[in-house]
Amino acid sequence: MARVVVDVMLKPEILDPQGQAVANALPRLGVTDVSSVRIGRRIEIEFAGEPDLDRAHEIADKLLANPVIEDFAVHLVDSQVVDDTPAEVG
Amino acid sequence: MRIGVVTFPGSLDDGDAARAVRISGGETVRLWHGDPDLRGVDAVVLPGGFSYGDYLRCGAIARFAPAMESIIDAAGGGMPVLGICNGFQILCEAHLLPGALTRNQHLHFRNRDQYLRVESVNTAWTNRFALGQEILIPVKNGEGCYVADDRTLDALEAEGRVVARYTRGNPNGSQRDIAAITNEAGNVVGIMPHPEHAVETLTGPSLDGLGFFTSILRALAGWSAGGQHAGGPQR
Repeated sequence: MARVVVDVMLKPEILDPQGQAVANALPRLGVTDVSSVRIGRRIEIEFAGEPDLDRAHEIADKLLANPVIEDFAVHLVDSQVVDDTPAEVG
Repeated sequence: MRIGVVTFPGSLDDGDAARAVRISGGETVRLWHGDPDLRGVDAVVLPGGFSYGDYLRCGAIARFAPAMESIIDAAGGGMPVLGICNGFQILCEAHLLPGALTRNQHLHFRNRDQYLRVESVNTAWTNRFALGQEILIPVKNGEGCYVADDRTLDALEAEGRVVARYTRGNPNGSQRDIAAITNEAGNVVGIMPHPEHAVETLTGPSLDGLGFFTSILRALAGWSAGGQHAGGPQR
């Protein structure tokens, strides 16, 4: 069964202080070759029937993302791939 | 004058907003987020707090409450609406005001008494102030950084729609020190700091907040800024 994934990211021109805070913490891990970190949101939607990408796009535009400050992308993902099973971790 | 104050799940300052309306001489009407009936109010205050736990984005879910659907319609018809803090966030999410409120640039919650300069006195909510007047009211937010694209910011400035700016320090990184804005008609105002917390000497840093609530009573009594907009009930 397929599931719809919506990725929401702040627009490039919008400051992401949360991402900056993470980037600033990386040197404490000994990581010094990262120039930028930006943080977004991943939302998984399951429809009762067949996945409806147009409807998902509408949901994303009206509620999941704020188009004033955020971009979003909608795509289908095979649930086998995104299932949070231990096998995937390995 | 009947001023509605909406309570959402997670509203925090609805009690203080209702009290500020009463102290200013208005009649408070408590409205419930789940009820589309605005009970004949002449104006509405959207209070501060954390509606729906700030889930998704601040104000994003409250914007779809049944009460908000009625308020969006009424605001389009000229009914005055004041959004304070979370209320400002809800007004932006509802597209009644442009731009968005984002995480404070320094990532810290800020809670302090804040000086503002009033820069528009042609709104339903600020007509009792003098242009350029400096006022002191509390600010308390984690996501109060006002952002919009440059074109929107330029338009707000050109049209005199920046209602108040932070002075003596910007508490959250808001672009161009913006603390409050209004819509084109001047009936909808969003403000990040809290005028309802500055209406009594016992608890507030000043009485400067009263001006917002006496302004709406004056607007409803027939005042208008050069006929550009009527602040009165036009539902």
